[in-house]
Amino acid sequence: MLYTDIVMDHFSNPRNVGEIKDADGVGEVGNIQCGDIMKIYIKVENDVITDCKFKTFGCGSAIASSSVTTEMVIGKTIEEALELTNKDVVQQLGGLPSVKVHCSVLAEDALKVAIYDYAEKTGKEYKGLEGFEPSQLSHEH
Amino acid sequence: MYINNEIGTIQPVKEIGAIAREHNIVFHTDAVQALGNVSIDVEELNIDLLSVSAHKIYGPKGIGALYIRRGVKIIPFIDGGAQERKKRAGTENIPAIVGFAKACEIAERDLQAHVEKLSKLRDELIDKILGSIDEVKLNGPRDNRHPGNVNVAFKYIEGEALLLMLDAVGVAASSGSACTTGALEPSHVLMSIGLGHEIAHGSLRLTIGDFTEPEDIDFIVENLVRIVKTLRAMSPLYNA
Repeated sequence: MLYTDIVMDHFSNPRNVGEIKDADGVGEVGNIQCGDIMKIYIKVENDVITDCKFKTFGCGSAIASSSVTTEMVIGKTIEEALELTNKDVVQQLGGLPSVKVHCSVLAEDALKVAIYDYAEKTGKEYKGLEGFEPSQLSHEH
Repeated sequence: MYINNEIGTIQPVKEIGAIAREHNIVFHTDAVQALGNVSIDVEELNIDLLSVSAHKIYGPKGIGALYIRRGVKIIPFIDGGAQERKKRAGTENIPAIVGFAKACEIAERDLQAHVEKLSKLRDELIDKILGSIDEVKLNGPRDNRHPGNVNVAFKYIEGEALLLMLDAVGVAASSGSACTTGALEPSHVLMSIGLGHEIAHGSLRLTIGDFTEPEDIDFIVENLVRIVKTLRAMSPLYNA
């Protein structure tokens, strides 16, 4: 599997690994059958994501996708973070092999689920969450 | 298959061959992993057809052989010239054939020493891995195993990540993970022996060869301990 230097850097030195004990939102996606489980934690203050951490069971690109996603969303407002797509993740990583693109989709979805969790807990509504339903996510390959 | 390539199990080929013979069934065995690692006597083992490959015994890559018992008819899979008694058309690759023959000669001469050296290192590697890492499982049998095959499953981590980190320190290995190849399912062998997805994804195969030294074993174990710890710290499935 040929990965870019950026992917290898994020895989070898992942940023923001861990849990946030008093997280404001947590999102977990993926399943063991596919071999990828991604969990993203967010901390929110005044609608800005002030901290983001991850834990991932998965291959090199799954770990790199999680790592780069946490880096990209810290400091963003919730609405800005909701605009992040898997294409942004792939681009930021300098590309992913085509069979690994689903890892970036997992990262986008895990973040969305974490924000959804935050919105549910706080009763807030966000434009970027309209029509989004975590139970409808499909992570079959 | 005489010896399973993933988990090293030596199959009861003689017994299977006897059953086949009793029922008049032509018996073929894939002995690619067996060549040079166990003695192969087609008479004793009731084998009619047997496939082997040179690269497994340090011979040239790109050459193999099919043993065909006298009287067994096969349909040629390459038509054309009359080479190899019309069983396989095309000019023979003489340098590779000669290289394969020489490799067989050496493998037979060194069989005992080779098996003794490898199984000692294999057992040491298995013992050290099982002894220094928690929640790890040996896949395949402890005895009756390919002398150079080690296959272990580390819970809570995924095989490709493990391979990348081993590669970074110069260790080439393979895994049962689907992610390694982009396939949909993890190793069918690991799934068939009843392992769950979680174990199959976290399986690692290490192969010991004639050029492996005792210090290599310590190097691998040392790095495995570190890598498994790093990856488990990242895993949402692991609660330290």
